[in-house]
Amino acid sequence: MSTTAEAIHGHDHHHAPLTGWRRWVFTTNHKDIGTMYLLFSLTMFIIGGAFAMIIRLELFQPGMQFVQPDFFNQMTTMHALLMVFGAVMPAWVGFANWMIPLQIGAPDMALPRMNNWSFWILPAAFTVLLSTLFFDSGAPASGWTMYPPLMLQTGDAFPFAIFAVHMMGISSIMGAINVIATVLNMRAPGMSLLKMPMFAWTWLITAYLLIAVMPVLAGAVTMLLTDRFFGTTFFTAAGGGDPVLYQHVFWFFGHPEVYIMILPAFGIVSEVIPTFARKKLFGYHAMVYATAAIAFLSFIVWAHHMFTVGMPFSGEVFFMFTTMLISVPTGVKVFNWIATMWKGSMTFETPMLFALAFVFLFTIGGFSGLMLAIAPADFQYHDTYFVVAHFHYVLVPGAVFALMAATYYWLPKWTGNMYSEKLGRIHFWWSAISVNLLFFPQHFLGLAGMPRRIPDYSTQFADFNMWSSIGGFAFGLAQLFFIYVIWHTYRGGVGKATAQVWEGAHGLEFRVPSPAPHHTWDEPPVIREDDQDVHS
Amino acid sequence: MAHAQHDKYYVPHDSHWPIVGSVGLLVTALGVSNWLNGGSISKFVFFAGLAIMAYMIIGWFRNVIQESEAGYYNEKVGGSFRWGMIWFIFSEVMFFGAFFGALFYARQYSIPWLSGEGNNFFTNILLWTGFEGSWPTAGPAEIGGEFEPMEALGLPMWNTLILLTSGMTLTVAHHALLEGRRTMVNLGLAATVALGFLFVCLQAYEYVHAYTEMNLTMGSGIYGSTFYMLTGFHGVHVTVGAIMLTVILGRTLSGHFTTDNHFGFEAVAWYWHFVDVVWLGLYLFVYWL
Repeated sequence: MSTTAEAIHGHDHHHAPLTGWRRWVFTTNHKDIGTMYLLFSLTMFIIGGAFAMIIRLELFQPGMQFVQPDFFNQMTTMHALLMVFGAVMPAWVGFANWMIPLQIGAPDMALPRMNNWSFWILPAAFTVLLSTLFFDSGAPASGWTMYPPLMLQTGDAFPFAIFAVHMMGISSIMGAINVIATVLNMRAPGMSLLKMPMFAWTWLITAYLLIAVMPVLAGAVTMLLTDRFFGTTFFTAAGGGDPVLYQHVFWFFGHPEVYIMILPAFGIVSEVIPTFARKKLFGYHAMVYATAAIAFLSFIVWAHHMFTVGMPFSGEVFFMFTTMLISVPTGVKVFNWIATMWKGSMTFETPMLFALAFVFLFTIGGFSGLMLAIAPADFQYHDTYFVVAHFHYVLVPGAVFALMAATYYWLPKWTGNMYSEKLGRIHFWWSAISVNLLFFPQHFLGLAGMPRRIPDYSTQFADFNMWSSIGGFAFGLAQLFFIYVIWHTYRGGVGKATAQVWEGAHGLEFRVPSPAPHHTWDEPPVIREDDQDVHS
Repeated sequence: MAHAQHDKYYVPHDSHWPIVGSVGLLVTALGVSNWLNGGSISKFVFFAGLAIMAYMIIGWFRNVIQESEAGYYNEKVGGSFRWGMIWFIFSEVMFFGAFFGALFYARQYSIPWLSGEGNNFFTNILLWTGFEGSWPTAGPAEIGGEFEPMEALGLPMWNTLILLTSGMTLTVAHHALLEGRRTMVNLGLAATVALGFLFVCLQAYEYVHAYTEMNLTMGSGIYGSTFYMLTGFHGVHVTVGAIMLTVILGRTLSGHFTTDNHFGFEAVAWYWHFVDVVWLGLYLFVYWL
């Protein structure tokens, strides 16, 4: 009761954060929560990355070297679950927490206590999931898609994985509700929707997607749970169900999910490129509408993940064409980024380098996606390393590079210190070269027929796999270097950052000092009619 | 109650409730997972987790209600609550959507395909010779043995009437609240709560009847699976809704809410209408068609 009384009596004068661990556990401050999200995400990125290193180590040479096949499968499964639900998604929520209130002139997120809960569910969820690695029967090994009947054969890890997914879903839904309520309700006077920064826009649409599909994933894994423990037959043909039903429900979630991971990246790139091209974003309205179009299309393309499973011909054709349609709004975005740079006064600081690499390399992933969208061709590519190459291109030099661009872009705003441009550039080139060495050969491996999720391979695949593994180890080391760069900046970097940080930066977040004070926009900012800090 | 309208957006102080909730979820998940795996004492861990969750929910809402009554929530805060509730309900709609999707898929695709429709002639001949799918079915292997399907008339129809009536009594209570007729508010809410719990009791009776008399279980193939999954989660939602209505009744009895400031009431009413609509979908597609 003392907390309540305190909450009621002490709320309107500004309070300093609590000290020690209490600050982080009890906080309702969007910046503290954003920081925790980002650090959590970085931790999962390293653990999930370590799993990937084990995968690449085993695939360094043909034959069985280091791990047992079942453990290899556990590594592919856990790598994906950690990277999707533990690294990329929480990282975006972290950026949303830190930046959206600053960008739209709000004093905090709309529902600050729920914000804290959204975050603190995640460590609990991943404790449940990661604990399965220590079980005698091992962690889940059926791939992150958890297809039955294979998933139903999981050992003791089975219910732990299911409930971990439920918890991640609860966290994501609450995080998304918070973003929507913040964006729709907390904008400063004069900040109309079509004046908002692209990052806030893409996150708003991402939040819609999250709320629409995370419950569907919860439904899918709940049906797995009852099939395993309570005798239902959703996914058993003998009882009138169908394992393919699971795939439909899963990918109804799963396809929007990949846009959940990439739309905020589009937002970041749309912030970074104008800053360093010193021009306004080309076609702002088209960018907003293209984002909405991509989100809409994401709901009607899901079965392109299952062309080979056995679907009516009309289904193959429908999902093939809708999938190809996505390249239209995506193309709008890519051309707008290029047009933004056209005749710009460009400089190439680290965030810009990552954003440029994003545009180029994400587009490669988009092109291989178009190839996979062609149903008859997909019969050749399905479940090969070509698919692995495709989605890693859109996720690593795609989403993860955008995360790095965003980190370098706003790190001075968070810490008040400028990072070392020299270290940043080393990190960029190290990452950009190694990531291509890592994933580009996988296209050739896949086209030549190397299946994914198998720990051994025919000797004809040896050279490309060795190159890929070398690229993988190099990329992994580069990210340890990334952590060093962040630490270096936190400890002082190369000097104090100004409030403006970047010469060409616009946006309300650059009106507050660096580092951003604990409480910002207590009084909403004044936005003039022709304000250069907002879109028009 | 003084409803001083603060001009600033109310950003609450540090709170321990979220971390209590996270610990509660963690304990619950570990407990139920071990229990399902056959652990002997883990069910107590599970119930301990639920107890922590209950403690969190009660404490957190108590906190919110006190803040609301003390007048800390201005219109802007109310806006956040409204968006929050709307999108929470939308997430619930999508959760039920997954199970409705499973039902439609089974009826429209998997059952006909197992019976040889489309290009599945050999599936039928080689795997499930002679299976002619119809609904309801426990599948070609008749998992769970013969069963009697649930009729739309009788108890389910009464339940439909009960839920629809409860929606009306709730609306009566809402209008009374808007007009400041407090006795009517309490009466309308009390009727809604009573009807809600009556529905849950009848639903429980229906389950017992189905298990003991009709051999209709969760294991009765795809019919039993979809029937219990959909009606079961709906029943859980009615129970939760009825508990929330009880809390709201307690609040109106204590004189909470004003004619123009009663979002707690409205949020629960929205939720109640949502479970009402889900039931109509259930009645149509699970019981009737």
